[in-house]
Parts: sequence; structure tokens; C-alpha cells
Amino acid sequence: MKRIPFWRRYARLLRPDVRADVNDELRFHLAAKVDQLVAEGMRPEVARREAERQFGDVRTLQELGERLGEERERTQQRKDYWDSFAQDLRYALRTLGRDRAFTLITVLILALGIAANTSVFSVVNTVLLRPLPFPDSEQLTWLESGKEFNTGLRESIGLSGVTYTVDAYEEFQRHNQSFQQVTSYNPFFGNGEFTLTGRGEPQAVLGLMIAGNFFQTLGVQPMLGRLFTSEEIKKGGRPAAVLSYAFWQRQFAGDPNIVGQAILLNKTPFTVVGVMPSSFDFGSVFSPGLRMDLYVPAYMDDLRHWGNTLALVGRLKPGVSVAQAQAEADILFPQFKAAHKDWYEAYASTITGLKEFVTGRLRRSLIVLWCAVGVILLIVGVNLSNLLLARAAGRSKEFAMRMALGAGRGRLIRQLLTESLVLSIAGALMGLGLAYAITTYLAHQGSIALPLLASVRVDGAALGWTVLIAVSTAILFGFAPGLKISSGNIQDSLKDTGAGMSSGRKHERMRAVLVISEVALACVLLVGAGLLLRSFLKVLDVDLGFQPSRAAVIKVDYDAGENGKRTGPVLREMLRNIDAIPGVESAGVADMLPLGRNRSWGFQGKGIQYPKEVARVALVRIVTPGYVDAMGMRLLEGRDFSWQDTLEKESVVIINQTAARRFFPGQDPVGRLGQVGGRDTRVIGILSDVRQHSLELGATPEMYLSAAQAPPEGAELVVRTKLPPEALASTIMHTLRSLNPAQPAAEFRPLGQIVDHAVSPRRFFVMLVACFAALGLILASLGIYGVISYSVTRQTQEIGIRMALGATAYQVQRGVIARALRLALAGVALGIIGAFGVAKWIASMLFGTRPTDPVTFAGIVLLLCAVALLAGYLPARRASRIDPMIALRTS
Amino acid sequence: MDKTQLDLVRGTLDVLILKALMWGRLHGYAITDLILRQSDDALLVEEGTLYPALWRLENKGWVESEWGLSENNRKAKFYRLTSAGRRHLREETKTWEAYAAAVGKVLGATRPPVPEESR
Repeated sequence: MKRIPFWRRYARLLRPDVRADVNDELRFHLAAKVDQLVAEGMRPEVARREAERQFGDVRTLQELGERLGEERERTQQRKDYWDSFAQDLRYALRTLGRDRAFTLITVLILALGIAANTSVFSVVNTVLLRPLPFPDSEQLTWLESGKEFNTGLRESIGLSGVTYTVDAYEEFQRHNQSFQQVTSYNPFFGNGEFTLTGRGEPQAVLGLMIAGNFFQTLGVQPMLGRLFTSEEIKKGGRPAAVLSYAFWQRQFAGDPNIVGQAILLNKTPFTVVGVMPSSFDFGSVFSPGLRMDLYVPAYMDDLRHWGNTLALVGRLKPGVSVAQAQAEADILFPQFKAAHKDWYEAYASTITGLKEFVTGRLRRSLIVLWCAVGVILLIVGVNLSNLLLARAAGRSKEFAMRMALGAGRGRLIRQLLTESLVLSIAGALMGLGLAYAITTYLAHQGSIALPLLASVRVDGAALGWTVLIAVSTAILFGFAPGLKISSGNIQDSLKDTGAGMSSGRKHERMRAVLVISEVALACVLLVGAGLLLRSFLKVLDVDLGFQPSRAAVIKVDYDAGENGKRTGPVLREMLRNIDAIPGVESAGVADMLPLGRNRSWGFQGKGIQYPKEVARVALVRIVTPGYVDAMGMRLLEGRDFSWQDTLEKESVVIINQTAARRFFPGQDPVGRLGQVGGRDTRVIGILSDVRQHSLELGATPEMYLSAAQAPPEGAELVVRTKLPPEALASTIMHTLRSLNPAQPAAEFRPLGQIVDHAVSPRRFFVMLVACFAALGLILASLGIYGVISYSVTRQTQEIGIRMALGATAYQVQRGVIARALRLALAGVALGIIGAFGVAKWIASMLFGTRPTDPVTFAGIVLLLCAVALLAGYLPARRASRIDPMIALRTS
Repeated sequence: MDKTQLDLVRGTLDVLILKALMWGRLHGYAITDLILRQSDDALLVEEGTLYPALWRLENKGWVESEWGLSENNRKAKFYRLTSAGRRHLREETKTWEAYAAAVGKVLGATRPPVPEESR
């Protein structure tokens, strides 16, 4: 840097403004000229006139001078500013370099705080703030039927309760005025399960049955090839498929020549007509955690007879609001129902923005998460303020000296802000690196059922956010110490010999306030995390109605023969072989497992009259004998299915407790007749309730039908083993292959995995919040430790005197620890008040835990006190080891 | 003051001012005076051109100014070369010399140039 000449400041003092400068300069020139002319012999007044004549147009010259002068002034100011900034910067780097330990801790704390914030922001941004990855995505809406049912009922019916028949879909498509396009897909994904053969090992692939205008409505184009033609989407047309990008990469190694080739799905040749781009991921938007492999046309003429099979997505016309569309739908659907007496329900619909449907349920959780990291950032800021204050206390002489030498207050604050800015930039850089790692990790967690998670990354917005929080943190934690220092009395500081003097008291009070607020914030965070954690444990603790441990499940493929006639015998043969494997305890097949896909059929007790509000539907599971045992479900009454319950025999059904209570009030259902979809069926047993939709949602009516009597939709083989299931995986696979060479290579998944998947969003939030709370706790304890430790150092002399006067080590220790506890308790008292508010706010996220859960609150208070004790104990031990002689001599 | 005076060739004024300041700090009047005397009264820099040039030089950072007292105790603004200005002067001097030599050669020629192809 260039040296600023000393006269610059001097000149600045004498130079009030540019105009005067120019005037002075020109006046001098004139005077000099007059002098010369006079010296040459002219009379003074003549000389003056002559000089002025020669000078010419002074006004213009003056104006030019002023303009140039102002310009110079501006550049000079800028230069001075950057010069002193560079000076501050070098100074900051030098002092921070001298204080390595301090710098390292500070940067580390900042990095953690910023990493947490940037990562959470990236998630929030991707899931909540950014529009869905479709063009004009704000026009996309989600339609859900079942508005006429109450919420509880709709939830208990599951997917069947919110979907539409083909007729309802087509009627709405035809008559609505609000939408550019309405499209649909079949959300009963089991209908799209195929076995891919003829390309290496048989593979289970998941296909989505979509309406012909599905991609067009969403506004996505295939990356290769084309979408379906109007012939292909009709029944009887040439079977065609569009591949997802991931499946194309995995199965066909990204070979572009696959387009136009035929692949065998369930032994039927499908022509691959296109490949979707990697940016289109059906699962991440519509069904988090699901990996969709390919898309096939939904043949509406087939689906027409299957009942409620379609989920609807619409694209609004420009300028039409969701509310307008809703108002129209409210009029249209009752009209349809009136025109079609045979419709089973009215399909009264709720229309929401697609974005709202995808992420609406997560909003509360994500905002909680965002607030949690915000609190972390506050704690980080307070902690750093504290650290800087401690440091500033040690530097008060340096600052006093600089002030005495003429540095202004503003200048000192600027210097301190530069220091904190350097620290927070370093922290931000490190934090960004960490955040990048965290988001990359999250984006690859396919098992977490959160929408759009795969596209989480640190993008421009996240970068901007990071800069924003880094700078504001720097100001937050740099400003307080700055003000503190510069307001101090110079003389006091210069005289103060450091330890033991009273001037440190004020400092210490401010630091105590900071620590108390830190503890209070950490307390709020910990209580929140504690409540969520307790809810999570409660969720894991619910009675699932089945036993996930020591059981595993594998998707099986079999040849059901003409009209599924062979289903019974084939499955019986398969299970006989599986049962014969040593180590297998029991085995059974079901078409759908709990906590996964579901569908409902009509059910009622024969000859029983129900009040109008009782919905006569129940979830359907089509199972084989042995399934109940293999799942570890409890048969409360009656018997399990047997292989004798065949097509020729009487239809039989097993229902759960809830169904028994609802459909046979005050009766013993076993042995009575029920009606499944209108068909008489004998109730042969009652099972305990199973958590079908999620762990949190209570029991709903269920019925189990025999696979030999009703058509299963897919097949999941559940095996309960005496050995760890993995040990049997290859034997079981071998057995399945020997029975059916087309058995796809499917994963032998532990049954616990479906439970894990169901709780993954909750686990995700709990883990993050718990991590943040732990971070907060560590920072708060660091804060307590710092303050107590510093005060012990400062009071070395005083302690020395007290010990010399007979205080025991125990008394000294007690004094120090008591101080630490007082700080912690003050913080906890404040924190608990805040925590009550927060707990009420997150009440809807809790499960089986009251927001005022005394166990959590008491636990957190104890935890904080224990941590405060520990943080106080270390300095206390040091204090008690002070040697009075040395302490008194050192000052 | 009616002397035969030469109009300044465009762009040379800056160099002349810088050169004038080479021996030390000067105020504006002294600069005109010095240039006039050193050019044997051939080059008179008028106020209307001198000051704008000086101020621009200052904005470019080639000269810097300070207030001081003149020979007869008047408050005057003195200019001095900065190191950047000194460097610029050296470069410009070289350019000027090369230019002058080239012009001199052309103007001092006594016979037409040798035809290109005979060389």
C-alpha cells in the first residue's frame, strides 16, 4: 500500500471545499502576474487590468476546476476507505494469526453454524420455496375426490377414497372450463409391476400407467424418442413404453439405440418409444422414495371396470385461480352424480396447487427446522460475541493506547468489525464446504421419503443466503464488543493492571447476560428436540399389529394361468417348497404389505342396517395361508385360511378388530356372513389391528381374503426365519427360480425396512433437530466455561488472598461452581418460558407426547444443570489449586 | 508581450508540465514561467489551458498538490511529480524524441527516397 503523505490530512483540514481551492489557486496566479507586470514597469491598476485581460474567461475555468476537483475528491475518499480497510484487514489477519487457538475455535463454531443454516436453507429452498420442476408449475393442480367424506374416514379408506373412476375423469375432462388439460395416472402402482425378461437376469420393474396427455400436461418432453401416439394409448394398440432416465442408465447403460427396440414385460413385447430426461423424476414429486422405472399407457377401457383407479392432475388455464376451479368443480361433480345414478360416490373434489399437495404437509416441519438452525446461528453469534468480549478484555490496553494516539471510536469499531468479518468469511467458506457435503449426502438418500430431496443442492440462492447470514453474524458478534471497548474510559484502561481490578466487572456482567441468553436459547432448542425425540420413540413403540423382526420379504413372480385359476395351486406349491427350507419358521404371500400400497373394497355384515355415516368400506389384503403367522400378526378368534378354501368352496374372509366392531356391533362376527363387494362371504376369524397407513394413524377396518378365492394384485412373499434372514436369501432365491425361471432378481428386504421407510421423514427431522440441539448445548456449555474460567483467571489474586486467610479448597470450588449454576439456572428459567411457547407451536408434530410433557422438561433442566456443573467444575478445580503465595506475588 | 509564439502541438502540454516539475515542486504560475523561459519565450502556456491540464494530471495521479507559501509569502498551490508521473514522463520523452527524430529526418531530406524495387 502507498504511504499516505502526512500533508494530506493537514490539507484536508485547511480545505473546506473544492470551490475555495480553485478560487485561491487562480487568485494567486493573477496576483503573481500582476507582480510581474508591475516589476516590468507597469502601473499597478493598469497591470491588474492587463492581467485580467490575459486571463480570459475565468468563470468557465472555475467551473471546470470545481468539477475536476470534486471528481478527485471522490476517488480520493474511495481510495482512503479501501486503504484503511486494507490496513484493518492486515491488522486483523496479523492479530488473528497470533491467536491461533482462538481463531480456530471461532472459525469452527461459525462453520458449524453456517453449515447447518446453509444446508437447511437448501432443503427449504428446494422443497418449499422453489417452484416444482415443471414449466409454469403454478398452473398445475392436484385433484382429490372424497370431499364428501370426513377426514378420518378418507384417511381410513386410503387411496381408493381419493381417486376417481375413468368415467368421472372423462366427465370432468369434458365439461370443465377452468383447465387447459386434465390428466391422470394410476396410483395403484401394483398394477404396473412387470417382470422384464430377455435382458440378462429377470428384473422386477415398476411401470406407471399414465393417461395419454400426462407428460404434455406437466410440460415435460422426452430426452430421446417421442411420447405415445394416439394409437398407442388405446386398448389393442401396439404396446409401448417410455423409460425413466435412471432405469435407462441402470438397465441399458444409457444406450440411445434402445429407442425403437422391443423389451419383454410380463412376456409381452413393448416398444421403447422414448426416454425421459434425468430432470423428470416421478417419484420425487408424486410419491417420495419411490423409484419409477418406466411409463406405459393406461388403457382407459380396461380401467373403466376397476373402480376408483385414477389420480388426477390438472393444468389451469392462464389467469384461472385454484379457487375458481374449485368453485366450478363444486358445481360440476354433483351434476355428474345426478346424471349417473350408478356412480358409487359423487367424487366431490378438493383442488389444491400441485406444489401444495407435494410439500404442504412438510411446511410446518421445515419451518421448525429452519427456526432451529436460526436459533443455532443466534447461539453461535452470542457465543462468539462472548469469546470476542473475553479477548477484548485482554486487549483493552491495546485499544486504549490506540485511542490515546488518536484513533476515533468509529475507527476502532470498524477495526473490530473487520476482524469479525474475516472470521465469519473464513467460517462461511468452511461452512459452505460442509454444507455442500451434507446436501450431497442428503440428495443421495433415496430411502428418505421426502419429496424433491434428490434435487437438493447448494445453489445460487443458498450461496446468497450464506453470504447474508455470514455478514449479519459478523455484525452481530463484532458490534457488541466494539461498542463496549470504544465506550470504555481510556485512562481507566491504561491504569488498569489487568487482573483483580474493578473495571472488569462491567465487562463480566455483559458476558453473563450473553451466557444466560445462550443457555436460554439452547434450552428452548433442547426442549423442542426432546419433545420430538420422545414422540419419535413413541411412534417406534406403537403396536404395529405385526412383528417386523426376524422376517423378510421378497417380491415374487408366478404364472397365475388363465384368469388367475392356477393362483392357489401355484402359491401352495411355492410355499410348500419355502417351508421346507431349514431355518424357515413360516411363510406366506400377500398382495400388499402394511405401510405401503393400499386399496379398499366395499364391506358390510349381511342383513345389518347401518347408520348413514358408517362407510361400508375396508382395506383389502389378499393373502395365503401362513401369511398371518409369517407377519407375526395375532389371530384373536376363529381360524386362519387353509388351502382348502378354494374357488369351489365358500368364500371366506378374516377381518380385523376395528372392522368387527364397526360392521358387527355387539355381535360375534365369526361364522356370520359378510358381503365383500356385494358377494356373500363367511367371516372365519378376527385379527388384531395392523398399522396400515402410517405408524401415527390409528386402526381402520381391514379384511383379508384368500388368494385362492380372490385375485391378488402382485405378490410379496413374507418369510419368518429362525436364522438371520440374510443367511437364507440365496437359498430362497434358488428355490423360487427353480419353480419359476422368470422370477426376477429382487431384493430380500427385512420387514423392518418398510417400517423404517414409513418413519423416515420423522426420523429425518428428529435427527436434524437433535443434532442442532446438541450443538446448541455444546456451545452453551462452552459459553459457561468461558465466562467462569475467565473470572477465575481474573480473580486469581482475590482467591489467593481468601485462601491465605483460611478458605479451604472446597469452599473455593463451591463458590465457583455456584456461580456457574446460577448462570445456568437463570438461562434455564428464561428458556423454559420460551420452550412452553415453542412446544405449543410444534404440538401438531408431536405424537403421544403432550407439549408440556413433564419428563422432557425435567430431563432438559437436569441435563443443562449437569452440563453447567461440568463447565463450572473445570475452572473450579483450577481455582482450588491456586497457590496463595504465587498468586499474591504475580501481580 | 507580442512575441512570435508557437502553438502547442496537441498532447505535448502534459509532457511539458511534467518536465517542468522534474526539478521540484512549483505552483501554476511558475510552471508557465519555466516553460516560457526554457523555450526561449517560444512557448507560452495560457491559463485557460494550463490549469485544466494540471488538474487532469492530478486526477490521473501523475502529480500531487499541496498548499504552501510562494517566494513573496502568498498562499499558493504547489504541484509535484509522483513516481507514476515520473515514469510517465520518461516514457513520453522517449516517444517524443523518436517522433521528433522521425519528423526531422523527413523534413531534413535533401533527395527523394531510393525506389523500393532497386534495393
